[in-house]
Amino acid sequence: MTPEPQTPDPAKRSNPAAKTPKAVKVLVRNLTKSFGSLLVLDNLNFVVYAGELLCLVGPTGCGKTTFLNCLTGFLPLTAGEILVDGQKASFKKGDLGFVFQESSTIPWLTVYDNVAFGLKIKKTPPEVIKERVERILTVVGLNPFKDLYPRELSASLDQRVALAREFATQPNLLLMDEPYGQLDIKLRYYLEDELRRIQEREGTTVAFVTHNIEEAVYLADRILVLTQKPATIKEEVIVTLPRPRRFDDPSFVAIRDQVTAAIQWW
Amino acid sequence: MSVSLSQKTLDPAELRPLGSKDPSWGRLAAPNPLVRVIKGLLRAAYQEKLSIISLIVFFLLWEGVCYFKIIGPYQLAPPSKVLKLLIAKLATQNPDGAYLWAHALSSLGLALSGFGAATLFGVPLGLLMGWYPRLNHLVRPVFDLLRPIPPIAWIPLAIIWLGIGGVAKGFIIFLAAFVPGVINSFTGARLTNPVLVRVAKIHGASDFTAFWRIGVPSAAPMIFTGLRLSLNAAWTTLVAAELVAASQGLGFMIQMGRRLARPDIVIVGMLTIGLLGAFLSWILSKIERSFFAGRAS
Repeated sequence: MTPEPQTPDPAKRSNPAAKTPKAVKVLVRNLTKSFGSLLVLDNLNFVVYAGELLCLVGPTGCGKTTFLNCLTGFLPLTAGEILVDGQKASFKKGDLGFVFQESSTIPWLTVYDNVAFGLKIKKTPPEVIKERVERILTVVGLNPFKDLYPRELSASLDQRVALAREFATQPNLLLMDEPYGQLDIKLRYYLEDELRRIQEREGTTVAFVTHNIEEAVYLADRILVLTQKPATIKEEVIVTLPRPRRFDDPSFVAIRDQVTAAIQWW
Repeated sequence: MSVSLSQKTLDPAELRPLGSKDPSWGRLAAPNPLVRVIKGLLRAAYQEKLSIISLIVFFLLWEGVCYFKIIGPYQLAPPSKVLKLLIAKLATQNPDGAYLWAHALSSLGLALSGFGAATLFGVPLGLLMGWYPRLNHLVRPVFDLLRPIPPIAWIPLAIIWLGIGGVAKGFIIFLAAFVPGVINSFTGARLTNPVLVRVAKIHGASDFTAFWRIGVPSAAPMIFTGLRLSLNAAWTTLVAAELVAASQGLGFMIQMGRRLARPDIVIVGMLTIGLLGAFLSWILSKIERSFFAGRAS
């Protein structure tokens, strides 16, 4: 995947870091969210460390998306607080990134302008926009498609544009809501590798929500398993497998089974 | 046996429709070129030239009805006379006081200024109503109250308020063009994909920035639909608006034709209105196409 011979090491580089105390990026304290009488998130307490890829796994409909919407500040909290870098979380600061489950490319903009969109909203100087967009287009391999419109792209290319747009803004925290749920398995593997590669290169903190256990074990530094609604944290699984990870590696399978056992609510 | 079977199925004559006696049916090369030419001509006539034939028949009937005085010369003018007048009116002011192009320009100016004013106010109003629910609640009741009133019904009030000058006429056309502009822009802004709004907001866009960067471009196809309907409404209300007293304009020309019992003038006026309207729509669709080049709408 990556040309340099020393790149098998990033995994090892991140492993020792796991043992040293890490800076807290997101602090979730007593987070409770209910819609009327429907309790969705029940007193969640956890942290997201700076630079890690945290996967939130839970059964469909357990409140994962609600959690992300609380984290961005799109939804008001019922109780508790979410702090990003010690401050109340809000999309209004504009330092978040969000990759949606559905297509979120802007149909009237070319791939290039889509990737530049977040930076333009932030009123970034044009020369910085140009430099960053061109770099990220190369990283995700979208250069040949930069003048196309989203309708001319396949589903996986479309999702890569959305991913590139978020990385181009160099977000303080990147939130991903089942971004690869609609893609077939081969494209998913490819984009998962790509996400990991860019994430390591940019040092981005990522909170990745999924109901796909295999995807979580493949990607995560740490996995939080949520219960069925009302969601509480059932288990924390730290994944220290070296990368690239293999789905048929016995220790991979062992972790996958552990998470699967934890997620079972029946 | 298998040979005879295959020969049998391959014989095209066997494949012709039941009851068809035409021996040439299904042959790879038709034996008679004359038959092919005649058949081709008939097919072309039936399929493509049908509309031309109907037009020719229409004009022949029209001419004939006038020629044989089935309808008198004060009721209807034949197409030949209309065409002659259409050309002559380019160079003569008689008998209605102005050249054809002067009438047309006057009407164009009137319709376009009404349409322009309606677009200038109606499109932003519709977009903002679609984006900000509070504004919608504020404006909607009054808008819904006035919307079903036909623009022509405003003519007496327009005269009382604004006199009989160009402003009154422009006002009538403005009212006609305003409604479709508002409604379509409103719908366009309302139909904005909420995910795209979030994309803008997550990067720190204010509500208005999201409106400007996402809502407005997303509504663009609907805005253009509104413009087309507005233009159409402005143009069709033109004749009625020019009833308010005018000394020039296509509507005035038609009125003069009626007063002088000159159906040819009336028809030339009608034709010019129709052609100019079609021309304006064509220009708008050209603009629309260049605007959306590369983008699916």
